[in-house]
Amino acid sequence: MSRIAERFAALKMEGRSALIPYIAAGDPQPQATMRLMHTLVKSGADIIELGIPFSDPMADGPVIQRAAERALEHDVSLHDVLDMVREFRNSDANTPVVLMGYLNPIEVMGYEAFAEAASKAGVDGVLTVDLPPEEGSEFLQALKANQLDPVFLIAPTSDASRIKRICDASSGYVYYVSLKGITGAGHLDIGSVKEKVEEIRALSDLPVGVGFGIKDAETAAKMAEIADAVVVGSAIVSRIEAEAASLDAVDRVVGEFVTELSSALQTRE
Amino acid sequence: MQSNSTNKQIKWDEMPDERGHFGPYGGIFVSETLMGALDELRLAYEKYLADDEFLAELDADLKHYVGRPSPVYHAQRLSEVLGGAQVWLKREDLNHTGAHKVNNTIGQALLARRMGKKRIIAETGAGQHGVATATVAARLGLECVVYMGEVDVARQEANVYRMKLLGAEVVPVSSGSKTLKDALNEAMRDWVTNVDDTFFIIGTVAGPHPYPAMVRDFQAIIGREARKQMQEQAGGLPDALVACVGGGSNAIGLFHPFLADESVAIYGVEAAGAGLDTGSHAAPLCAGRPGVLHGNRTYLMEDKNGQIIETHSVSAGLDYPGVGPEHSWLKDIGRANYVAVTDDEALQAFHDLTRIEGIIPALESSHALAYARKLAPTMSKEQNILVNLSGRGDKDMHTVASLEGIEL
Repeated sequence: MSRIAERFAALKMEGRSALIPYIAAGDPQPQATMRLMHTLVKSGADIIELGIPFSDPMADGPVIQRAAERALEHDVSLHDVLDMVREFRNSDANTPVVLMGYLNPIEVMGYEAFAEAASKAGVDGVLTVDLPPEEGSEFLQALKANQLDPVFLIAPTSDASRIKRICDASSGYVYYVSLKGITGAGHLDIGSVKEKVEEIRALSDLPVGVGFGIKDAETAAKMAEIADAVVVGSAIVSRIEAEAASLDAVDRVVGEFVTELSSALQTRE
Repeated sequence: MQSNSTNKQIKWDEMPDERGHFGPYGGIFVSETLMGALDELRLAYEKYLADDEFLAELDADLKHYVGRPSPVYHAQRLSEVLGGAQVWLKREDLNHTGAHKVNNTIGQALLARRMGKKRIIAETGAGQHGVATATVAARLGLECVVYMGEVDVARQEANVYRMKLLGAEVVPVSSGSKTLKDALNEAMRDWVTNVDDTFFIIGTVAGPHPYPAMVRDFQAIIGREARKQMQEQAGGLPDALVACVGGGSNAIGLFHPFLADESVAIYGVEAAGAGLDTGSHAAPLCAGRPGVLHGNRTYLMEDKNGQIIETHSVSAGLDYPGVGPEHSWLKDIGRANYVAVTDDEALQAFHDLTRIEGIIPALESSHALAYARKLAPTMSKEQNILVNLSGRGDKDMHTVASLEGIEL
């Protein structure tokens, strides 16, 4: 069983949903990342989504785009991101790490080489925003051969046949994009998310994570009632941006916010 | 001249495959939210491409609104000066709005109307596609938002004002390199957010399927007309075609109807900027490598880590790090040759055509002319080169003047 599947199985026993914070690797500087990953875990993260910086993040809002730009100012490459995961793994053998990013940096490394290196570094899952399952057969093969979980997005616009196809290609969990829009957008409608998550559940046994536009503990708690996992990205990254001048301050505000999110998830009925 | 005998079996009109692949290139690489919209667009396009009423509407607009067919002009004085092959110009600069771009925006806007979409968005670099989109949106009474990089807004002020006059909202994009690629990112973000009522008019033969095929089909009128015109005026097919390639829509529009004609050599001309060896250029086919950006797999300008790098060209319309996937494929199979000319060579060709033929070409088209200047002397006087004069140079007055230290 993969580290991600184990984590979801354990959470099911506990009767609670996972908290999945997202940070961009190398934001605001490369040396911040490993420390932040440990802080996320200490503050209640169940799984970490680590963003691979890309110059043209088409599906992301301005907050995460600026995070990528900060990382790229330090030339943070996919190799560097894998090094960060490897270092994190030295002192945390349990928390699943999912890389999230765009296909091109992975293409350049080569699917096989990437999957092998990621697996060795201790990565558990990979989410490529701009790779639909239709184009992904070679990539999926490489991931599966290296025991990595492919995590695909499902959108409000995905119909039943696409949901089925996406779930068939995914393992670990599927990620429901809770709104039509980009990361950090501000028009979340909880009722429609609930409906769609129920539709996904009827079609697949995979745990369902929900993300995009979840800005605070209250919304996170509401989402946790609907979904198996709640992903919070832009709201964390904007706090990193606000304190970028001091890594201590970055660590502190992220720790405080993630603690707030995880307590909101713990106390759910 | 050149032609690869293994290409004889290719059915050119059947490319791309049903998921938009030209060999290993093209395809659909977008976030899940857009998959449904792309499918809807593909179905609508396939339906209306076979709909006589739609095609008649398109033809009527191309004739009466755009002014087609555009002439083919024998540049006799230029041919004499070059001392080799006869140079012919396909005068897309004479279209309404001054470039080939409108062939495509008319087609897509009519499609948008058929699909019941009330809101049009577009990306633009030099502003020509933005103007062509704002123009057809005005005519059809559709809301229009154009995304344009801040750098381009500054260097193409006149086109920004034109778009505003036409009733479009121009949104300056401040992310990344603040040029065309970033405008495309921003337009994609808008589309993801407003996917239900919005039609994204992409201006070139790039992006996710069906855009590369659809834009090609709307632009292929250039080559279909030119094929007939050359037979009538020059007595046969041209020996060589030359067109500039940024995203590559004017080029594919000219090339496509000639792909099966093995006697016709094909040259796509990229922007070598300050020189291919300087790294300061916009020539992914000549100096880049394949990758995935903006919804398709194609040749890209990228660094060793797969980050897209900033491009440079004196011509804003060629200043793009990617290229249409069909060009990538035509390069690999050897059906078309891709070459590059520098800013300086393009400017020289700009002045030559202006002074020798009394035609002021766009800086983009000047790249094609610059390559024709090199090619013509290597051919005989009985041979014919057809250059796609894709746009007129009025929009470039400020750029050319300021390069010569003149303030307008």
